Amino acid sequence: MSFIADYYNYWIVVFLMMTGFYIVISASNLVKKVVGLNIFQTSVFMLYISMGKVKGGTAPILTEGATQYSNPLPHVLILTAIVVGVATTAVALSLIVRIKEEYGTVEENEFENKDDAI
Amino acid sequence: MELLIDLVLLAMLALTALRIIFLKDLFAVVMLFSIYSFLSALIFINLDAVDVAFTEAAVGAGISTVLMLGTIAITGRTETPPAKSKLLPLLIVVVTGAALIYGTLDMPPFGHAENPVHEHVAPRYIEESPKEIGLPNMVTSVLASYRGFDTLGETVVVFSAMIGVLSLLRLRKRDADKNPESGIKAHRVLQVIAKIVIPMIILFALYVQFHGDFGPGGGFQAGVIAAAAFILYALVFGLSNVFKVVGPTFLRILAVFGVLLYAGVGVYSMAMGGNFLDYNYLAENPLSGQHYGIILIELGVGITVFAVMLSIFYAFDSQIERANIQ
Repeated sequence: MSFIADYYNYWIVVFLMMTGFYIVISASNLVKKVVGLNIFQTSVFMLYISMGKVKGGTAPILTEGATQYSNPLPHVLILTAIVVGVATTAVALSLIVRIKEEYGTVEENEFENKDDAI
Repeated sequence: MELLIDLVLLAMLALTALRIIFLKDLFAVVMLFSIYSFLSALIFINLDAVDVAFTEAAVGAGISTVLMLGTIAITGRTETPPAKSKLLPLLIVVVTGAALIYGTLDMPPFGHAENPVHEHVAPRYIEESPKEIGLPNMVTSVLASYRGFDTLGETVVVFSAMIGVLSLLRLRKRDADKNPESGIKAHRVLQVIAKIVIPMIILFALYVQFHGDFGPGGGFQAGVIAAAAFILYALVFGLSNVFKVVGPTFLRILAVFGVLLYAGVGVYSMAMGGNFLDYNYLAENPLSGQHYGIILIELGVGITVFAVMLSIFYAFDSQIERANIQ
């Protein structure tokens, strides 16, 4: 039982990563691909944060009576990564909007056919 | 108890992600993604990452969802089922997943204090940063002072995202004026509630901005929360009204100002005889110098993030309105 508890977090993270990965490679709709990419991204964040956790520790904010803090370094990395993530998502979504204007569709197989027709 | 919450939340997260695969209705997909982000924010709280949870809730469940909804308003809401076989992707995913699971068996067990990640620099930050920087929140100390240079980089990345989005989606002010029916004007209740809620959101954003040194929060989160207040205003009262409060040109100036404020603090500390972004030289006493420096650069970050998020929303929203007129 303790073996499962020791690795449960990592396994769920791997499962989520693979779910996101599957959506990215199997969905034909570009918006759904971006959702998949975001699921993948968040699961990677969770992997880092899981590694920073100390059992019995508390949030890395100085408080009286706290003896052990979780590792603040992954928190800093992931905090900025989330904001950069939304920035890249916004650029991806605006590219999708432009693709819709040019091709009239955001389904991958459909606009690839249109490309081939030219 | 902590473990139990962790187990349940992660299981819910896995179910949410799994459901997204099978849904063809993109509106439901985006809503589930918002739930997914919110659940992960809860998990981050449970794993002691309060600052990260705050950011994920504001950014993932908030702004990302709004932008994705805006996109499906333009591109359509249903996915056509793909013609190609799903067996190959499934095989790739299962093989990769199995390899990764095998890899996790070599990782140190979850949550032990003697894991290698906790052995090197982390103890130094935890023990010394309250004395050196004088802030209770170690995440803010590392983010804004020890790693201030990285954070400047992140701010510039966010700024360049605005340039990217604005060059892809043209934002024309006149379009909004032509369409007086934008916003949900008929809903009197929503308008009244929005007018009560918006000042509180802005007050909360200011609290998060200036209290980030002592509790969870800081410039990134405050910027997103403040932008959310104006997004609410734009949704309820229409784009042309929100342009009267903060216009797109003003936002562009604000975004530049934030980055320059951040870099300016660095240049000023160089002029005072230190290195770039060495706040110790900003005042007589190194501790108060650190304090001034962190407040100023967090303000720069907050202003830039606010302006960029709102500009991106404007770009998407005016694109939707133009699509509706045509």
